[in-house]
Amino acid sequence: MKELSTINNKQSTSPAIICKELTKQFGNFIAVNKISFEVATGEIFGFLGANGAGKTTAMRMLCGLSFPSSGEATVAGFNVYKQQEKIKKNIGYMSQKFSLYENLTVKENIRFYGGVYGLSDKQLKEKTEELINKLGMQDQLNKMVGELPLGWKQKLSFSVAIIHEPKIVFLDEPTGGVDPVTRRQFWDLIYDAAARGITVFVTTHYMDEAEYCNRISIMVDGKVEALDSPANLKHRFNATSMDEVFYQLARGAKRSAD
Amino acid sequence: MDSKTIIMSAVTLKNITKTYDNGKVQAVKNVSFEVAEGELFGLIGPDGAGKSTIFRILTTLLLADKGDAVVDGDDVVKSYQNIRKKVGYMPGKFSLYQDLTVEENLNFFATLFGTTINENYDLIKDIYEQIKPFKERRAGKLSGGMKQKLALCCALIHRPAVLFLDEPTTGVDVVSRKEFWDMLKRLKQQGITILVSTPYMDEAMLCERIALIQSGNILSIDTPGNIINSYPTDLYAAKADNIHQLLNDARQYNEIKTAYAFGEYLHVSFKIQEVDEFEKYLTSKGHTSIEIKKIAPTIEDCFIERMTETSQGVNIEQGAGNKE
Repeated sequence: MKELSTINNKQSTSPAIICKELTKQFGNFIAVNKISFEVATGEIFGFLGANGAGKTTAMRMLCGLSFPSSGEATVAGFNVYKQQEKIKKNIGYMSQKFSLYENLTVKENIRFYGGVYGLSDKQLKEKTEELINKLGMQDQLNKMVGELPLGWKQKLSFSVAIIHEPKIVFLDEPTGGVDPVTRRQFWDLIYDAAARGITVFVTTHYMDEAEYCNRISIMVDGKVEALDSPANLKHRFNATSMDEVFYQLARGAKRSAD
Repeated sequence: MDSKTIIMSAVTLKNITKTYDNGKVQAVKNVSFEVAEGELFGLIGPDGAGKSTIFRILTTLLLADKGDAVVDGDDVVKSYQNIRKKVGYMPGKFSLYQDLTVEENLNFFATLFGTTINENYDLIKDIYEQIKPFKERRAGKLSGGMKQKLALCCALIHRPAVLFLDEPTTGVDVVSRKEFWDMLKRLKQQGITILVSTPYMDEAMLCERIALIQSGNILSIDTPGNIINSYPTDLYAAKADNIHQLLNDARQYNEIKTAYAFGEYLHVSFKIQEVDEFEKYLTSKGHTSIEIKKIAPTIEDCFIERMTETSQGVNIEQGAGNKE
């Protein structure tokens, strides 16, 4: 614990996420078992783990979608027990599965999500223009999202998830199934958001992408078994790639679920 | 490919084209390739490349607009009934009966193909023993890894001549993926032809031959080794303390051909050979701990190269980032 709390002492701003012994139990099954970590503002934090390790459950608690059984956590300065609605307003979320409405146009999707997050008409107009220019989607503005290639959808989906300039954005396997060129363009967007001070909390099955994170945590059977920069982890596990680090840790997993 | 003197084709596609939505969406464009008997052949490409469409055409679940396809000597249109009896198909989406138990599912598929679990047990033994402790459990209640193993058992229970596996490892973690490929190697040793698709480029190395596929087009077909050997330029890995700034600076460099992130390094190639000049340039930009080394390309590098070379306007540097 002491080690974790020193990480952000250098930062003038408080950590974006603080997690202390956060636990979620379903009956006898401890899905998330006393996880503790801090994520600094503007950090790109990779949240890795084998299938069934408890990543989704942990993320749901941090997004204000489920109450912890015990432990403490604040997200963007808000308490996960008492201030769930405030958390939801201050974060963005995207996943491979949940993204945009396929039968609304690009413009309508932006308007819808901007509206949900309480942007004014003026802000909406400015944001729409900025976003479209940045993605180079001027010609696609009135196209149905369902007609766009997957890569475009994912890039648009990410941009929409941060349209309200949230403090933190949660990305749940954002690049699954995306071609290698688009996958890299997507990470350019992530770097860009982080440079603007948006904290990025991301899960991925691509181990090369783990290398793009400032720090990563690896969950095994409900616990955080490792947390450090990719370089330090490789050094500690005497491994040449993150793939090897992950394999060494996850091989011992007893659980396997979705 | 063993020591057989005449290698028969287990699967042949000739100029297969498939469109959806009244021709508006071209899913597969004039695709031809052959899979030899007993071969482990991989279709490597991202979502929307046309992989599942090809699987559905070959398993006689979908008619192509144009072209011919033959599976184990039978035409996919004229002799579709024969094909259905002798191929195994594991779709990308879990398609077993969720309300039936593990054992009931397996029995059901065995019966459907006029066989029994016992008759071909040797083929599935290795895989089935891993899920046997849960044989009374309903399939819907299984974990992802176990569902995958059960689906593979059900696809194998009638000892198929050709096994079609559509993205069996998508969304599965590194450990389960390794286990799955070990299972495939053992099946191959039993002489079963396997056509497998995956969006994970690193899995390409585990196939005997692969087709790289993107937007309905085949980019290359060969052994993974030959595809890597035919990479057109020298490729270098570069890193420095500030890797993101390094990428931005590399892209601004005049003689750079390609520069993109690849794990902890950048992968870069040059229009003309001048690594030393590049290093000087990076130093002048204030980079520290610069490391540049020549490397062998991976399949992912080859895919990116083919994609940008044949591209429909795809440019790796376009659309995002801090380009000025």
